Amino acid sequence: MANKLNLEVVTPRQQVVSEEVDLCTVPGGDGVFGVMANHAPILATLKIGPMHYEKDGDRVRLAVSGGFVEVSNNKMTVLAEAAERSDEIDVERALRAKERAEKRLAEAKSGREDIDMARAQAALARALTRLSIANQST
Amino acid sequence: MPNLKDIQIKISGIKKTQQITKAMNMVAAAKFRGAQEKVEEFRPYASKFSQVMGQLSEIADPNAFPLMEIRDVKKVCVLLVTADRGLCGAFNANLINETQKYLRAQQAEGKDVAVICLGRKGYGFFSKSGVEVPYHLVDCMANPHISDAKKVGMELTKRFLDGEFDEVHLMYGKFVNVVTQKPTLQKLLPISPQVLAGPEDEESQDTGPKPTYIYEPGPEEILDTLMPMFINVQILASMLETGASEQAARMTAMDNASRACKDMIESLTLTYNKARQAAITAELMDIVGGAEALKG
Repeated sequence: MANKLNLEVVTPRQQVVSEEVDLCTVPGGDGVFGVMANHAPILATLKIGPMHYEKDGDRVRLAVSGGFVEVSNNKMTVLAEAAERSDEIDVERALRAKERAEKRLAEAKSGREDIDMARAQAALARALTRLSIANQST
Repeated sequence: MPNLKDIQIKISGIKKTQQITKAMNMVAAAKFRGAQEKVEEFRPYASKFSQVMGQLSEIADPNAFPLMEIRDVKKVCVLLVTADRGLCGAFNANLINETQKYLRAQQAEGKDVAVICLGRKGYGFFSKSGVEVPYHLVDCMANPHISDAKKVGMELTKRFLDGEFDEVHLMYGKFVNVVTQKPTLQKLLPISPQVLAGPEDEESQDTGPKPTYIYEPGPEEILDTLMPMFINVQILASMLETGASEQAARMTAMDNASRACKDMIESLTLTYNKARQAAITAELMDIVGGAEALKG
């Protein structure tokens, strides 16, 4: 299989994806970037956000959070703390997480100091990513 | 002469205990398989992670990172990973003992100590022992998740960076095989360059000449974000390992208990039969004696 990129998405829980793909786009620490076959070796951090890959015209979306991406020898490895395909996302749970995070952020803004802003913001970003990925698929 | 009824009650009681221990053995066996699968599933992630960390540490200057700073050690913290539940032989006790031994040795050197507990059993002991327990997390061992490891990892790194602890060690039950689980102490913070470079594994060798990577952002920044995650990965690995060890220890303990029950039932049945026979013989003697007396 020439001109294909071997993509692996690994989380502590399981291997989410292991496939030959045409194109993969990930949210890097310095911005979103796409990788195709024969890409130069790269190592980049991963932000919370949507990633997707294309295989024979099909497009698969995933919500990923935190980790890094490595590309070398036509092999792309995404190590994320969590990665879910659009059809695996628990929308109810994401909605609850979003409300919770929003509430915490509002409380933090109104002067409560015991709330960790960064954590609440990260939680909100995760929830929003999950929701947007889930909505796109339907 | 032991009472027949008493022995019977005892036998039936032990039989019930045996049923329970047998059932627990089987449950532990099933859970053990699950726990081991989780360890297996985690392995690709962990190995890739340490491989990349090794690569990065070759390029970036590791001494520039606060998480690697070696300070004069005034206070040592042990992160103790135990099971949430008991009935698994000496597994938790061994871990606690080892921790105490280590703490005493440190105290003898004039250092302050603290323990952070993961798992109910360790916390139950150390919360009453007079040793400082600044943080603990319980009920997380049945299904270890990265978010739990993250919580503890964040707490640890924060306290380390604040200067509260100068060294953090990890104590967990290393899984050797089903009958052996070894309490193991491992240094967690400051991260030492040797740990970062990782063991030379064959996988990283076969790629031939090392490719020159594009780093996005720079290698230092990447290492900076990955280091706290590296701590989390190590914590999660120890949790998973302890989980597998716990179930294996429980399997062995319950197997022993079932066998002890069997032995007790056997010896009690023997006593019961002897007592029964003795009663019959005594009765016969009475009858024969009475008949003899009538004859005369």
